[in-house]
Amino acid sequence: MIHIENLKKYYGTFPAVDDISFDVANGEILGFLGPNGAGKSTTMKVLTGYYPPSEGKVTIEGMDVTEQSIETRKLIGYLPESNPLYFELSVYEYLKHIAEMRELPKEKHNARIKEMAELTGLQDRLGQQIAQLSKGYKQRVGLAQAMLHDPKLLILDEPTIGLDPNQIIEIRSLIKKLGSEKTVILSTHILPEVQATCDRVVIINRGKLEADGTLDELQHKFQGRPIIDIEVLGDGANDLDIYRKVTGVEEVTERHLPDLKGVAIRIAAASNTDPREEIFKLCVEKKWTLLTMNREIQSLENIFQQLTRAESGKEVAA
Amino acid sequence: MNWSIVFALWRKEVKSYFVSPTAYIVIAVFLVITGWFFTLNLFKENLAHLRSIFDILPFLLVIFAPAMSMRLISEERKTGTMELLMTMPVKDFDVIFGKFLAALTLYSVALLFTLFYPFTISVLGNAEPGPIVAGYIGLVLLGGTYIAIGLLGSAMSDSQIVAFILSFLIAGVFAILVFSSMVMPGGIADVVQYLSTTYHFQNIARGVIDSRDVIYYLSLTFMSLLLASRAVAQRKFL
Repeated sequence: MIHIENLKKYYGTFPAVDDISFDVANGEILGFLGPNGAGKSTTMKVLTGYYPPSEGKVTIEGMDVTEQSIETRKLIGYLPESNPLYFELSVYEYLKHIAEMRELPKEKHNARIKEMAELTGLQDRLGQQIAQLSKGYKQRVGLAQAMLHDPKLLILDEPTIGLDPNQIIEIRSLIKKLGSEKTVILSTHILPEVQATCDRVVIINRGKLEADGTLDELQHKFQGRPIIDIEVLGDGANDLDIYRKVTGVEEVTERHLPDLKGVAIRIAAASNTDPREEIFKLCVEKKWTLLTMNREIQSLENIFQQLTRAESGKEVAA
Repeated sequence: MNWSIVFALWRKEVKSYFVSPTAYIVIAVFLVITGWFFTLNLFKENLAHLRSIFDILPFLLVIFAPAMSMRLISEERKTGTMELLMTMPVKDFDVIFGKFLAALTLYSVALLFTLFYPFTISVLGNAEPGPIVAGYIGLVLLGGTYIAIGLLGSAMSDSQIVAFILSFLIAGVFAILVFSSMVMPGGIADVVQYLSTTYHFQNIARGVIDSRDVIYYLSLTFMSLLLASRAVAQRKFL
């Protein structure tokens, strides 16, 4: 559906987006993840045809976003980051205006507005002036606006920003629901959002693509050393050298925790190894009692921090 | 040109004008000032014509027309709705033209109220209809030109004040070129004078509508609108 190839976008000489390439398949919910100022919004602005790309090629369903801009814009429903609205209009007047701008058939306007109002929970607010709405309701108006013409592609720039926790859950489930029939790209710097809604994640930082894949793939790919915490009871269980002989083990430290029955040990294994079995066998062999054993899998949160922090670290070093 | 888009924008902008107090204030001030010039010498001269207003309006409109159109694009830039508007499947020029028509509508409403003046003088004396009718047609053309210049200013800045000052300066230069003969030798002065918005209005207000004057206004209007849509397409502003 979307093809982005070597996209670059400069603001003056500053590269806001620096050589990014990825594709989005039909019906996918793509999470666009990055810290503030990473280039998420800029990429979305290029996709929606607001900014022309400085270099590279961006196509939606085979159509170039700059050369066939009017055509590609028809396919897109867009909720910009700041959720701009005409405050002086009522919700109904605003959606009606959007329907006119989108050239929906006139006889369908009211039915469509009603449908969107029900979907976003705005039924009771249609007559109200937008300026008087709370932030959460304004966000719903923005979403209704983006979906009014039933677009194939929804581009949502931080759709849950400024909402309260209940509203966030509502909007997320709405996005998830929409994702069953539409392609959705949503940007965020909040990780649980991606975990809750997205099929696939693209992580960008400082204008560069850092990672691209499903949550499982990313977790697998960027897993650092697995950490195994054990508590062992038995003679000589505090001799750390014994553990170091187990295949795959790289580092062993004793942890001093309260309420210990045995000895608490943290074992860091080499990447993509799992020495748990060996450790268990070792305990059996030594006639120790293994009280607990826990392997920590890296969360998306750690991966995100690792990726975005490593990049800033490089910057400091340079 | 996609007329359904143009009219959708026109409707929205006219609505926005009249839900805010700006439209009413602009119209009221416009009427107070023109009314003052109208009555100033009316009884002293005891002549049934509108020359007192027609003389001053080309300069008065340099302030009023930009005041009517300064908000149209600057505001959208400031609040960010420009991004939404420019990502709709619409052509930049259609957007500009719809907004232009909306400001022209507001201006026409203000002009309609001034019809009270010709009505008054035709009751009081024998007014010659030719110059009055021609004068009003000239006012629409002249006002339209200044509104288009106002839109150009608005497209260049996200601050309404900057937009106003820019368009006031541009329109002001076109207005005062009529005085070129005071500072330039004859031949050049004639050419420069021909570029003046005031000069063409004076021609029309004599009661003769010459196609050259009409074409002058329409081309200046079109040029300004075209430049405004270019400025909008650039996405950058002062």
